[in-house]
Amino acid sequence: MKRIYLDHAATTAVDREVVQTMIPYFAETFGNASSLHSFGRDAMHALGAARQTVADALGAETGEIFFTSGGTESDNLALKGVETGHIITSLIEHPAILNTCRYLENHGCDVTYLPVDSGGLVDPGNIESAIRNDTKIISIMHANNEIGTIQPIAEIGTIARDNGVLFHTDAVQSFGKTETDLQKMNIDMLSLSSHKIYGPKGVGALYVRDGTEIEPLMHGGGHESGLRSGTENVAGIVGFAKAASLAIERFESDTRHLTNLREMLINGVMDTIDDVHLNGHPTKRLPNNVNLRFDFVEGEAMLLHLDLRGIAVSTGSACSSASKDPSHVLLAIGLAPENIHGSIRFTLGRENTSEDIEYVLGVLPEIVGKLRAISPLVSKGSSRGSSSG
Amino acid sequence: MIGIAIEYTEKVMDHFMNPRNVGEIPDADGAGTVGNQVCGDVTNVYIKVTDGRISDVKFKTFGCGAAIATASMTTELALGKTLQEGLAITRDAVADALDGLPESKLHCSNLAADALHAAIKEYMAKN
Repeated sequence: MKRIYLDHAATTAVDREVVQTMIPYFAETFGNASSLHSFGRDAMHALGAARQTVADALGAETGEIFFTSGGTESDNLALKGVETGHIITSLIEHPAILNTCRYLENHGCDVTYLPVDSGGLVDPGNIESAIRNDTKIISIMHANNEIGTIQPIAEIGTIARDNGVLFHTDAVQSFGKTETDLQKMNIDMLSLSSHKIYGPKGVGALYVRDGTEIEPLMHGGGHESGLRSGTENVAGIVGFAKAASLAIERFESDTRHLTNLREMLINGVMDTIDDVHLNGHPTKRLPNNVNLRFDFVEGEAMLLHLDLRGIAVSTGSACSSASKDPSHVLLAIGLAPENIHGSIRFTLGRENTSEDIEYVLGVLPEIVGKLRAISPLVSKGSSRGSSSG
Repeated sequence: MIGIAIEYTEKVMDHFMNPRNVGEIPDADGAGTVGNQVCGDVTNVYIKVTDGRISDVKFKTFGCGAAIATASMTTELALGKTLQEGLAITRDAVADALDGLPESKLHCSNLAADALHAAIKEYMAKN
């Protein structure tokens, strides 16, 4: 059966070039980068080169790049590493930020969770008015993982800088898909994850602007200039660096390709299925994100039908507990729980083709039509169901 | 976003893909609705009663795979049964007939037996 992966916001396949780059670092150049002998030095050199590559990809200095186990650790380090005080964030952050904020609230911090508009945008004016004397850090994600909305990061960075507050952004979804400029955007800290950019899982980085005071989470042998102890995952870091350099190298062709596929998918669905809505922002959107809401049908049922046709997507609610937990992001953009249940996220990737999208467009109307035919909600709102299903 | 990691049995998948007794009965002798749209599951069950037995039964469901499969199985179990036998069909019996449901689906997505009972009780109240 044909298998089409459209869940790249969850994770990506490791690029074959990345895999090749990593292989020597398992059994040949396996040394501990802290060891003084030649095995250790070889590993240390590989680590240094990888740090340079990631620094170049971000336009940073090598001393500002700290390797971590991934996006979640980077987010935790950025927030917990800053001395306690007031934090400003948004309601649509990744759980790695939101749950870290909740933890910090239980440990003496005060957190302001800013709302977003119906497109998912934070109003920079709200940030400015939320700043207090004890505000230490503003953390706003660059692009949202569910709806792909790209925040006005440069404006937010300027506000933070003008008010003497640190600015952290989670760039896990945006890196390689929309431009990141640490200087123009006044970013003090930035989280990256390798496995979202065709690199291996279990590795990421936190950029920390030179001069920023931050405490480690991991105490031990003093690796990563003391900010993150633990023997470095050399193979993973080398793979991550390769993936980051490929992301920069392919930035223009990737974003053009993804934007074309995104528009093809959105327009194709709108043309063939009635009562469908695009969740998120019409233009300030990652080139690979399509989040659609289908009236009268439930997301998991759609996901299962798509999975049976070999198409991998995600849904907007966690149908796994006594009550289905609707997505906090879709709630924050103002959707009612009953509408959230019918939302599906398609996230496109480098290896997808227009044939993949044609295949999806070929099967989707039938799936939606089939589910609407058994839905008791259809007669309430519409008699049309799917026009071609 | 959730990429569900749920394993359904073959019987659940069969009833999900090929649901039995789908539809409405306009002149139903009894009808029952359970769930609500906010929670993400709604099931309607309609019955016709002839000589004290469920001679026809239809359902419509808005919900996940388990909700659709349990509704389909409920109608299959109910067809031809007496009203008392219909009332004795429990959620557990429906889950067992499907060779089991994932733990997380046992409660929120297994409501069709209640809709059947409501339909039978509506009929009984009228007759």
